[in-house]
This record gives sequence, C-alpha cells and structure tokens, in this order.
Amino acid sequence: MGIFDVYLLEALINGVLLGGVLALLSLGLNLVFGVIDVVWICYAELIMLGMYAMYFLSRVYHAPMVLAAAICIVTVGVLGVLLHVVVIAPLLGAAPINQLLATGGVLFFLQSAATILFGIEFKNLGVRLPVLKVAGMFISYARLLAFGAALIGMVLVYLFLRRTYTGTAIRAIAQDRQIMTLMGVDSRRIYVITSALGGGLAGLAACLLVLQYDVHPFVGLSFGPITFLICVLGGLGNFGGGFVAAFVFAEIISVGGLYLDLEWGYVFAFAFFIAMMFVRPQGLLARRS
Amino acid sequence: MLELTRVRAGYGSFQALFDVSLEVRRGEAVGVIGPNGAGKTTLMRVISGLIRPTAGSIVMERVDLLATPPHRIVEIGIAHVPESRRLFPRMTVEDNLKMGGFLPAARPKARRRFDFVYELFPLLRERRRQLAGSMSGGEQQMCAIGRALMSEPKLLLLDEPSAGLAPVVVDLVFALVQRIRAGGVTVLIVEQNVQQVLRIVDRAYVLKAGSIRAAGAAAELRDSAIIREAYLGV
Repeated sequence: MGIFDVYLLEALINGVLLGGVLALLSLGLNLVFGVIDVVWICYAELIMLGMYAMYFLSRVYHAPMVLAAAICIVTVGVLGVLLHVVVIAPLLGAAPINQLLATGGVLFFLQSAATILFGIEFKNLGVRLPVLKVAGMFISYARLLAFGAALIGMVLVYLFLRRTYTGTAIRAIAQDRQIMTLMGVDSRRIYVITSALGGGLAGLAACLLVLQYDVHPFVGLSFGPITFLICVLGGLGNFGGGFVAAFVFAEIISVGGLYLDLEWGYVFAFAFFIAMMFVRPQGLLARRS
Repeated sequence: MLELTRVRAGYGSFQALFDVSLEVRRGEAVGVIGPNGAGKTTLMRVISGLIRPTAGSIVMERVDLLATPPHRIVEIGIAHVPESRRLFPRMTVEDNLKMGGFLPAARPKARRRFDFVYELFPLLRERRRQLAGSMSGGEQQMCAIGRALMSEPKLLLLDEPSAGLAPVVVDLVFALVQRIRAGGVTVLIVEQNVQQVLRIVDRAYVLKAGSIRAAGAAAELRDSAIIREAYLGV
C-alpha cells in the first residue's frame, strides 16, 4: 500500500467516524422537525449547554464519566421539553416564521446567558485519549468512541421508533398529523416525548463532542449550521435521508480536507450542498409523493 | 347508542351542518346519503371529534362526547374510517394496524385483534410487510377498515368507503361491511353510492345542504322521490 493510499484510507475512515456523529446530530433535529414541524434553530446551543454540563460534572465535581454522561443526557432532554413547553407549544398555531424567530431568539439568549454564566474562555475536560496506530494509520480513540456511542444511540432510537407504540405514533404523526386523534393519540403528549428525545440526543452528542472539542459559548456555531444543512440535504424530516447525507457530508469534509487544508473540506461540502439545492432541492432520498 | 341533537358545525365562517339530529341504535346499520358537499364528511368528523360543533349535543351511551377530549373518543368505542382512507402511506400495513390499536386498553388484546382483522381480510396478512401507500385503492380501503377495527369499536363510522374503487371492489367492500356488522359492530356509513348502500343498511338519512331532508327505512327510501330529488338537486 503506497503512502498516499494510506492517507486516503485514513481520511475515508475518519470520514465514517465523523459521519456517525453528524448522523446523530442530525437525527435529533430531524425528529423534532418531522414530528412537530418546527426547526429548533437553537439545537446546537442545547449541545453547548450539554458540553458545559459535562465540563462541570467531570472537571469541577469529579463525577465518573459515565455518570456525568447520563446526567448530561437527562438534563439536555429536560431542556428540550422546557423549550417545547415554554417556547414552541404556545406558538404551534402561529405562522412558521414566528416559530423560527422564537427559537432563533433562544439561540442568542442561550449564547449570551452562557457567556455571562461561564465566561468566554475555552474549557475542556482535560482528558487526552490515546491515538491508535493501525496499519500505518492514525485513528483517534476519541473519534472511535464517539462513533461507537453515536451508533448505539441511533440503534436505540431506531428500536424505540420501530418496536414501541409511542415510537410508532412518532413515525405516524410525521405522515398524517390530523388523524392522530382518531387513533386515540394525544398529539401534545407525543410532542413532549419527541422533544425529550431530541434533547436527549443533543445531550448524547454533547458528551461525544466534548471529548474532542473545547467548549465555549459560541461552540454551537461550529455544529449548528452543518447539522441543519445535513437535514436539508437528506430532506427535512426524513430520518433515512439525514443518515445518508451525514456520511456523504463527512466524507467530503474528510477526503476534501486531505488534498488541501482541512478547511477546504468544509468549502467543498458547502459547495456540494449549494449545488445539490439546484439538482435535488427535495433532498437526497426524496419521498415519492 | 349514539344520539346527535340539533348539531351545528362548520369551518370558520362557513357553516356545513344546520341543526342535524340523528340517532343510531345498537346493532343497527345506518346510512347517511346525499350529494357532494351536503356535509356528510363534516357529520362524521363532528362525531369522532376531529371538529367541534358550534351548537347541539352528541351523546354516546350516556357519555357526552363534547365534554370528552377528541383523542379519548375512540376509547368510548367509536372508530372512524376517514374519507380517502388516510393511511400512513410510508408505514407497513402491520404498523398501520398497530396504530389502530394504540389505545392502552387495546394493547393487551393486540394479538387477537390482528388475527381478527387478518381473518376478515386475508390479503392484509399477505401484505403486512408492504408499505400501505403502495397498495391498490381497494386494498388500502380494507387496511383502513382493519385499522379502525383494531380498537375493538362498538360503533364504526365509514366515510365513503366506495369512493374511487372499481365496481367489483365496491361490492367486496360492502360485503365486508355486512360481515363486520353481523359480527356485532354497529355501523354508521356515509355514501354517495346510494343504491348500493341502501341494500346493506336498515335505515338511512338524506342529508342535503347541511340538513336532514328525509329519514326512513332503507327499503322505503330506495324508491322514494326524495332521493331522486336530492340527487338531481331540484
């Protein structure tokens, strides 16, 4: 294997690992959109708060990592419910633009509140996870762990959506909102459960991202736009589409970054996104209507 | 069993029902016939709670439906097969039926209800892994009726079950409705296919422009002038 092939393979593997985390990120946003028909513009700011929760629990209160992660997931899940009950639910009958503006307002509110509460310094867990060397390639253990946990998280959500009555109702409500009452489903309850799930996924994402990135009040800007674009690329509300789009995006970023600088990977990815908006504006896996 | 008294309903400023009174007794099959835009679908929606009337009362076995949250009406024993079926198109037949049995009270009986529905519609058993939206109109109608039966209803509301189906399939659907009714389910059916529906119901109401214009035994209505009048729009 030539040295170049090794780099390419390494980039491909890193792309898959990144794709797993991006897929997890987009799943939460997609679920909420598919079910409630609202885009949580402030989704990445929930992740930011989760990362701070991890920082404080682990670095300041010295909680064991697994316990900290569990508390983080539950806390952000509760934040998701609060977001729904306080901001979204009262606006459900309002024009979609109002809902967008409101969650956009929450974004700036959370950023500012985090700046006041936590300061603008970059903070991290202070753990250095090893880098594995496999067949001449360097694979970050943190990324591997994040990929594995993201995959487990997604499988659990998948099983929940497939096997349980509530999960089936969540899939159904995304297809026909109005007749859910005929099935005996209280849509408001499903919305709250979905918000908890969306928040919980943001919490899990926070646990994984904080292993690789420093947390600061504006860290959401690094994940928010890309998560949103992945959802759009996959077809907003289309869970399978979002999953595929996450890996496509991650490979473009990872392999594109191989030839030039890492930043070029993002340039390629966003250029690809814009081009796709012309070619397939309805999303990669468009539904046949 | 079900009693509507002077029900008024509409959408925004448009009034679709004017003082509609109607009664369905246990074990009966009752039809509501009338031309397009007579308010038949509104009538069904008002009973199942999809829209709230602006006046009047609806009582099912002494339970005031207007004081019941819409999603709890199915618990009282009313299942509604909506106009144009409204299946979940990108879910399997099995998942669609599962949604019909969503009620906590229905869940422990799910196995038996699945067997019951699959026995009534053997085709659905074959197609259970297929996406509901990919089936033919007749198959979808059976799936929609099957979904409603999953909650073990006492009263089945059928809104235009024959709409858009080939004549042979219409015969099949009506035959199945008769079987369901013979199994002890009370049926309230709204139809434009007047001649055929009058053959399977005991009584019928004629609805036109939002009010009841006639009522009577199916056999009497079949050759009455009122029907022809209602349809010719005189």
